[in-house]
Amino acid sequence: MKTWIEIGSLDDIPVRGARVVKTSRGCIAVFRTAEDEVHALDDACPHKGGPLSEGIVHGGAVTCPLHNRVFDFATGAAKGADSEVVATHSVKIVDGRLMLDITGLAARNVA
Amino acid sequence: MTQNLVVIGAGMASGRALEELFKAAPGAFRVTLFNSEPRGNYNRIMLSPVLSGEKSYEEIVTHDDAWYAEHGVETRFGEPVERIDRARKVVVTAKGETPYDKLVIATGSSPFIIPMPGHDLPGVIAYRDLDDTNKMIEAAASPGAKAVVIGGGLLGLEAAAGLRLRGMDVSVVHLAGHLMERQLDEAAGYLLRKALTERGIKIHCAASSKEIYGQGKVEGLRLEDGTEIPADLIVMAVGIRPNTAVGKAAGLAVGRGIQIDDQCVTSDPDILSVGECVEHNGAVFGLVAPIFDMAKVLAKTLLGEMDAYAPVEVATKLKVTGCDLFSAGDFAEGEGREDIVFRDPGRGVYKRLVLKDDRLLGAVMYGDTADGSWFFGLIKDGTDISEMRETLIFGPAFQGGQPLDPMAAVAALPDEAEICGCNGVSKGGIITAINAGAHDIGAIRGTCKASASCGTCTGLVEQVLGLTLGDDFVVPQAQPVCGCTDLSHEEVRRLIKARELKSQPAVWQELGWKSKDGCHVCRPAINYYLLADWPLEYQDDPQSRFVNERNHANIQKDGTYSVMPRMWGGMTTPEELIAIAEAAKRFNAVVKVTGGQRIDLLGIRKEDLPLIWKDLNDAGMVSGHAYTKGLRTVKTCVGSDWCRFGTQDSTGLGIKLEKRLWGSWTPHKVKLAVSGCPRNCAEATCKDVGVICVDSGYQIGVAGAAGMDVKETERLVDVATEEEAIEWSTAFIQLYRENAKYLDRPYKWVAKVGLDWVKEVLSDEAERKALNDRFDISQSVYQTDPWAALVTEEERKSWSAPLATVNLEAAE
Repeated sequence: MKTWIEIGSLDDIPVRGARVVKTSRGCIAVFRTAEDEVHALDDACPHKGGPLSEGIVHGGAVTCPLHNRVFDFATGAAKGADSEVVATHSVKIVDGRLMLDITGLAARNVA
Repeated sequence: MTQNLVVIGAGMASGRALEELFKAAPGAFRVTLFNSEPRGNYNRIMLSPVLSGEKSYEEIVTHDDAWYAEHGVETRFGEPVERIDRARKVVVTAKGETPYDKLVIATGSSPFIIPMPGHDLPGVIAYRDLDDTNKMIEAAASPGAKAVVIGGGLLGLEAAAGLRLRGMDVSVVHLAGHLMERQLDEAAGYLLRKALTERGIKIHCAASSKEIYGQGKVEGLRLEDGTEIPADLIVMAVGIRPNTAVGKAAGLAVGRGIQIDDQCVTSDPDILSVGECVEHNGAVFGLVAPIFDMAKVLAKTLLGEMDAYAPVEVATKLKVTGCDLFSAGDFAEGEGREDIVFRDPGRGVYKRLVLKDDRLLGAVMYGDTADGSWFFGLIKDGTDISEMRETLIFGPAFQGGQPLDPMAAVAALPDEAEICGCNGVSKGGIITAINAGAHDIGAIRGTCKASASCGTCTGLVEQVLGLTLGDDFVVPQAQPVCGCTDLSHEEVRRLIKARELKSQPAVWQELGWKSKDGCHVCRPAINYYLLADWPLEYQDDPQSRFVNERNHANIQKDGTYSVMPRMWGGMTTPEELIAIAEAAKRFNAVVKVTGGQRIDLLGIRKEDLPLIWKDLNDAGMVSGHAYTKGLRTVKTCVGSDWCRFGTQDSTGLGIKLEKRLWGSWTPHKVKLAVSGCPRNCAEATCKDVGVICVDSGYQIGVAGAAGMDVKETERLVDVATEEEAIEWSTAFIQLYRENAKYLDRPYKWVAKVGLDWVKEVLSDEAERKALNDRFDISQSVYQTDPWAALVTEEERKSWSAPLATVNLEAAE
């Protein structure tokens, strides 16, 4: 079961850019690719907590602005020699509105 | 006893013959080399990249003065041979006679000029040597110039593409129904035509030229059907004719070319001949591969060894960047012949194989030619392909079900497979050279010659190196920008300018990026190159910028930012300090005084950035750009205003420099300083540009460093006035902006190009002014305060506020 909530519209996010969704259990970075696909990852690099929403988006991946780890949107796994994995969240576009699945977040313990 | 060997013609044929000769028997001959061109042997196949601006002449020289000297060759360049006196065994030039024991005629060929009306007008040229190439480059330099190329064969199209890259309006007039009809079938010819048309080259096929018109110089070409094509330059590339005059006059047997036997000997046993001037068994030659084979035979004949030249199949590649085509063998239709065709219109790929009796006869490929040499090997060896017929067209990687590995294609090749077509080097030959110690591409070129001529097989040779050496092989020299391309920064910069690429998608497409839209390494670099080269046309892309430049603040390790207002020349006022103090209190900032004479406010959250900027803007301050690859600070001392030693107003000059330069983007950060006397309190001698004031004026030093490396500045120039100091400093920075590799500080860039070159460019007053003018154009776009860009509350919010705030507890 997924729990979708509306977070805004596609136009709110720059192409090859990202915006942040704030929650009580951490921030989510929502990315928009060159093909207008949207993806969501935790907005904290598992390495040193860098804000992935501020990274450069290329292909289906983002590069962390602090130490250049590259995370794949589909799996959340770091590419190349790095082994970190960042949590992914489902996000979909319905009539131009962005819907985020918060099931994963809701299951987290409040820190 | 050492014999006298005289060689007429210093081209690729005789050059290769001499290399073979010196390798086999150094010192066997005393060599005198005549050439009518005033230069030695260069790689004529590479003139096309010189024309398009992708290579320089220096990069295509095969034999330089040092090489000739090392091998004791007496060079007589720019001295044409008038005749040969066979009875007395001497050659005669304007300067006298030179005796020979053996003579080699390697006079090459001349372009065929169609004797149509107007062919002798100024502006009609052939495309044959460096002088022609230089004429074409010169003609392309005048804005709006038009060119017509007559002949849509290999050479004509390379000329047309090169001229187009140089910005000319180019038309190609071709007699046959499709381009390159000798090498391509119609479908591949169509794809080629389409690709060239997309580049803005106009193609006229099945078009017959009637006359060249013009008063005193070329004005255009008139076709048989009456069409007129205006032109300032007409290039004839319709074919070549062997240069046989000197042989014919000497009474040698001459048909279409100077006739030679299998040992390269003419009808006179002491005279040999090689290259495009010869005729062998009724055939004449225009491609380099058979000529290099001939050169090997000629060297052996000279040394009294037996060898025989035998013609082989040749393959053709077009050297137009982005047009990959390959053809080999016989691909005409005929009795009992079958075709296998593969098309992918989306990618513009076309492959056709011609088969007969389970053997491959010919191959034509367009758009994806990676498997060309494998097919060529099958053609030459007459391999029975019945077993792999089903998957043949997909190339070697698919035979035997191996996975698709970039190395697989090369790994699958047998040792006999030819890798370098120009020099006839097989995979086995390269492996032998590697095992003998040639462990990089330069050493391979120096020993077995693979990839030393046209260079298109360089990638394959590197793969053979990789397969043979395993992890020991490191891809050489020119470091590519990143994994998205094989091109180096320098090559990308040159191609962006030469091909007028003005957007990132244009760069990715035209330069064959391997990734869809770059990566975090190349995107900021390309964004910089484009905005530096095309300030008015290119739109800066924030999404290709590193976070600091996108957010106009330095990100800190905890994800907060630092904010630093500009303090012109390190000067501030009580009012500014009060505003800074109030902002620091309001946003809970940590306050740090920096080494660049300003104040840093640390620990600001992103959503507060627009607010603190507004506070500082309201107090009259602007962004200090402490986060950019651009001008940071101009550090000064108090100078003659206060200091008892100060010789000039160093603070005032520092402020003027900062006001002139702020806001400009540069390949890396730029820091300046101005000291009021040689005591140098502003530490100007370790800056990118540092000015030391003296009684007589200003000493400008450049290329200092005080970071990972420490280096004192080098003196660029001494000037008398402030205006000159500003003009020189600006010109230096603009030259750096236009030429340096992204992320090279000025000291690294100057180390590469040499301070002498920088001085030479900047000492030309007109050039200095032009650099200042171009800097002004860029500043008209980029000298803006990013802090003031977010004017309305709405803009500030959408820039920094979260997209949404989710209350999970409520959602549950």
